[in-house]
Amino acid sequence: MTPTATQAPPAGTMGGRLRQHPHTSRHAFTGYLFVAPFMIVFVAMLLVPLGYAAYLSLFREQLIGGTVFVGLDNYVRALSDQQLLSGIFRVARFFLIQVPLMLTLALCFALALDSGMLRLTRVVRLGIFIPYAVPSVVAALMWGYLYGPDFGPFAQLAEEIGTAVPSFLGSNLMLFSLANVVFWEFTGYNMIILYAALRAVPSELYEAAAVDGAGAWRTAWSVKIPSIRPALLLTLIFSVIGSFQLFNEPNLLQQLAPNVIDNAYTPNLYAYNLAFVSQELNYAAAVSFILGLVILVASYAFMYIATRRSRS
Amino acid sequence: MSAITTTSAAATKSRAPLDRRSTPLTLGMLAFLVYFLLPLFWLFIASTKTTGDLFASFGLWFADDFSLLSNIERTLTYDDGVFVRWLLNTLLYAVTAAGGGAMLAALGGYGFAKYRFAGNRPLFMLVLGAIMVPTTALAIPTYLLFSRVGLVNTPWAIILPSLVSPFGLYLMRIYAESAVPDSLIEAARIDGAGEFRIFFQVALRMLMPGFVTVLLFTLVATWNNYFLPLIMLNNPSLYPITVGLARWQGQAAASGGASGDLVPLVVTGSLLSIVPLIIAFLLLQRYWQSGLLTGGVKQ
Repeated sequence: MTPTATQAPPAGTMGGRLRQHPHTSRHAFTGYLFVAPFMIVFVAMLLVPLGYAAYLSLFREQLIGGTVFVGLDNYVRALSDQQLLSGIFRVARFFLIQVPLMLTLALCFALALDSGMLRLTRVVRLGIFIPYAVPSVVAALMWGYLYGPDFGPFAQLAEEIGTAVPSFLGSNLMLFSLANVVFWEFTGYNMIILYAALRAVPSELYEAAAVDGAGAWRTAWSVKIPSIRPALLLTLIFSVIGSFQLFNEPNLLQQLAPNVIDNAYTPNLYAYNLAFVSQELNYAAAVSFILGLVILVASYAFMYIATRRSRS
Repeated sequence: MSAITTTSAAATKSRAPLDRRSTPLTLGMLAFLVYFLLPLFWLFIASTKTTGDLFASFGLWFADDFSLLSNIERTLTYDDGVFVRWLLNTLLYAVTAAGGGAMLAALGGYGFAKYRFAGNRPLFMLVLGAIMVPTTALAIPTYLLFSRVGLVNTPWAIILPSLVSPFGLYLMRIYAESAVPDSLIEAARIDGAGEFRIFFQVALRMLMPGFVTVLLFTLVATWNNYFLPLIMLNNPSLYPITVGLARWQGQAAASGGASGDLVPLVVTGSLLSIVPLIIAFLLLQRYWQSGLLTGGVKQ
């Protein structure tokens, strides 16, 4: 809530506009009433836990002496914690494998849907989107069975032709197999966001391009894609958040491949196991906090790059 | 290429829109469609099989016995009908969180869009910044807070954190700005209607597509949530479907062949758990598609 207080003085600039609306001052209080329910839950469920995590991360529970203040010790430990670092690098690799392909295809699908050159548009749109409505637990279970070396259909087909199927759940391919599950779940969702943005581009822009003699490809590249840049940025940021938080899919596939996916496979899996298996709550809070920070920095970095490029 | 299609389109004027359609493009998209529907097709096929056939017959086609109904019956009655319990829990959590969350977002978004008050912009920017705060980074501290106040192992532990949707607020604010004209609010004020009456009787109807969009996406997020209930609940009778299914799967995987009998239950339970959401999306598509449209328009 403090930002309200610190930002109060500049509100004088809004005062100029306020005077145009005679009712405003009377209604300002009503405005607070409208936003209060959301803001109260927002503070209680988002800011307070965030602050509490920061607070907890500064302490350590010891056998002798109970909980003691240790300053930034947990962070120092985290930055040299091989398990955490390898987890962060793994999700970064996962991001690089999965997200470019997913967003490129989602964009291509959205452009195809928007081009008017497609038959069965409705069927295609809904069919690709449907996986988003499937819980990631169920998605991981289904793909887990499909990947299965014993009775998975791919293994069965390979056996028919007399070859062996690659070990999808082995240590070499696991990251790709996980990437495939996430790709399957979220391509349609991103497609719908981009498609909605494309539909909102004013048609005069297309007509102007057509008058200039631009073909379908040229229109897509020079008119459509630049005008949905905000939506593209949104999908990219959601993908950063999703990738670095990866938990459900590896948690489920761990049951099928316990030797490949260990307890620190992703940072989130690591934080969960620290908190609920090793009971190192304070350190788990520090790990969560660092993970949140990594995500925040990555998101802002992408936003900075994107907005700077659009200005030049 | 497009030049040719336009000239031929000019020749057969009335069919002009059809001529742009491309068969190779359609076939390419249908190939992708097969990929996206394949796992669901497999799930349906697998739900019709007995335990034996599940392991012995080809995965992508039916076996001789069609035991979908007996599988459903076994899933619903296993362990004193615990699956039905999970289904009802999921429904309770998802509907409460989605309804409450969408209402909070609608009230707040309308408030931010239509009222000028000190702190309007900074508060909104604060919420906007929170879109990037990863929810799972919050789950562990929230658990610790909740365990202090005795909320762990209650439905509130799932519902309360799911009520906050910064993205929902952002969407509703944009939607309220464009969908509710100021003149209409002024007219209602002149008629003597109170501010909240204006919201509930005039504005909310215009906000409906945005409201349904936020409702549906919060519904999916809560329905599909796994991490939060996994942390918050250890009483199986409070589990939502996701945690319950993962537990069954864990039991099936842990004991190998011994409880292979659980595999058809996991498969059939998975099928049953996705049907309601798919139906909701299909029935409400007119709303959420136009709601997203508005979200995509502006930055």
